[in-house]
Amino acid sequence: MGSKRHFRVWRGDSSGGDLQDFDVEVNEGEVVLDVIHRLQATETPDLACRWNCKAGKCGSCSMEINGKPKLGCMTRMSTFEEDETVTITPLRTFPIIRDLVTDVSYNYEKARETPAFAPPAGLKPGEYRMQQIDVERSQEFRKCIECFLCQNTCHVVRDHEENKEAFAGPRFFIRAAELDMHPLDAKSDRKEYAKEHQGLGYCNITKCCTEVCPEHIKITDNAIIPMKERVVDRRYDPLVWLGRKIFRRDQLENEPAHAGVGGSGGGENMAPSNSRGVTGDAAGVPHSSGRLPEPPHLGPDGKLDVAELLSQRPGGPSPFGDEQTFPLPADRVTYHHPEPGKDDDPDQGGREH
Amino acid sequence: MTTTATRPDAGRSRAAIAAKTLRTDRWWFPPLITFLGLGAWVTYATVRVFMHKWYFVEEYHYLTPFYSPCITERCVPEAALFGRFLPDWWIIPEASLTLPFLLLFRLTCYYYRKAYYRAFWMSPPACAVPDGHQKYTGETRFPLLGQNLHRYAFYAAGIISVINTYDAIIAFRSGDGGFGFGLGNIILVGNVVMLWAYTISCHSCRHIIGGRLKHFSKHPVRYRMWGFVSRLNAKHMQLAWITLGTLALTDFYVMAVSAGWISDLRFIG
Repeated sequence: MGSKRHFRVWRGDSSGGDLQDFDVEVNEGEVVLDVIHRLQATETPDLACRWNCKAGKCGSCSMEINGKPKLGCMTRMSTFEEDETVTITPLRTFPIIRDLVTDVSYNYEKARETPAFAPPAGLKPGEYRMQQIDVERSQEFRKCIECFLCQNTCHVVRDHEENKEAFAGPRFFIRAAELDMHPLDAKSDRKEYAKEHQGLGYCNITKCCTEVCPEHIKITDNAIIPMKERVVDRRYDPLVWLGRKIFRRDQLENEPAHAGVGGSGGGENMAPSNSRGVTGDAAGVPHSSGRLPEPPHLGPDGKLDVAELLSQRPGGPSPFGDEQTFPLPADRVTYHHPEPGKDDDPDQGGREH
Repeated sequence: MTTTATRPDAGRSRAAIAAKTLRTDRWWFPPLITFLGLGAWVTYATVRVFMHKWYFVEEYHYLTPFYSPCITERCVPEAALFGRFLPDWWIIPEASLTLPFLLLFRLTCYYYRKAYYRAFWMSPPACAVPDGHQKYTGETRFPLLGQNLHRYAFYAAGIISVINTYDAIIAFRSGDGGFGFGLGNIILVGNVVMLWAYTISCHSCRHIIGGRLKHFSKHPVRYRMWGFVSRLNAKHMQLAWITLGTLALTDFYVMAVSAGWISDLRFIG
């Protein structure tokens, strides 16, 4: 049987807003997002809320419930007392669009600035070989659903808007750690990048990012602290410094690690991407000078295409590049040729790593 | 129905929410407990370090870790295993050689940083509660840049743990100089075991032992050691508090026996 519960929901936009009171029916097994949907279906059809999967995997319905950053779809109503007022507000750290929807462009711009995975020179897609033991640390960080609750709760930007330019946030520290620990990433200076361009030093290890992560990624212990330690390795550790001097590793490291990929030393290859992004939010550019979001393609009637079948370009952009035509020429196809006797049975451990 | 996406508003302002925090749980409780716990321990340790007495039980060679190694001219000769080369001035603690490094080790520890940044510095007091400062630069500049000294302090703490272990071993002594075993030995050994566990579970140790590697597959032994340290590292917070408890208990027991308030419970000798 359902019961009426009391809710306060923030409604408004950038010009202002306030908490509005609602009494909503709540049934057994429901989550906060169900209540939002019931509100939309009954009292407030224009209540704006971003959501998608309702299974804690898309990271869309991030909101603050009784002051705590959480996913609406993963917060059960049974965790509240029957007579408890539940207050639902948008994420505080990001500019508001409307009601519970915020503009999270900051995160996408920081993502765009992070140098991408760089395989060793001469290794083609399809030729990558890694051992599970080497990639399992990075795999923890791949669980990230980009709900940006960690970015929202981090006091470095939550309480200090001015730090947004210098500070990339926990989500991108785990990205830096993921790539730095990746066995095939050829860029050797991601720690320097994390320090110089991501503002790793701003983090003071108060672990709120780990506390709010719905995927239970140990952001602080497994990514931020190891990255801080890697910076210490390069800059502050006396024994490492002595070891480098004695074994002349400093000279080795200054040589290009792989032809074509570039070496280390915080060189040009590790400079942040110069892509300006859509809004310039992460770089602290006032909105008026940033590039405006691009509107979708409209038909001659001024409306969106009804179906993508009628669009000028069906589907999304090709991951192989739009200039690619199929079938590919045979000499450009790279794949692992099974060898008789070696690859007959994958269970026999015949795969190379 | 077709519609176009809402454009981000040109105002770029955050939602106007008047309340500083809307948290309804007792978010202030953990930092308060941390504040009281750390405050009480630091007060006790400071008083004890500058008390300059009741630190050694000569009969059984119990030396409190707060006074080890004892290196001032004031030290009881039997307790001064490393010589007595510092002057007898009240402001100089008996363990001046080790205390600064132990203090640095704990101050720069990744767990204690979280604890005191939250409880003492309010930066922030709890998650999604505003921090108490107008400006924030984190650990990017002096003096907090010094948190990177944790690596040095870890090396020093390893050496100091060896000294504490030695203290615990030579305390297996009876009144007549032969082998002896009492409650004090259990407390001293328990303290040393916990100190080792805390030191080894340190994040710096985890990094040095194997965390810095890119290819675990090429270093199977270090990978196993890293796995062991990682399991201990998950308990670093608990070990940080347990060692504060065992240090205070060990010191108090030695003080109580030394002052004659209680006598050591002897099992052998």
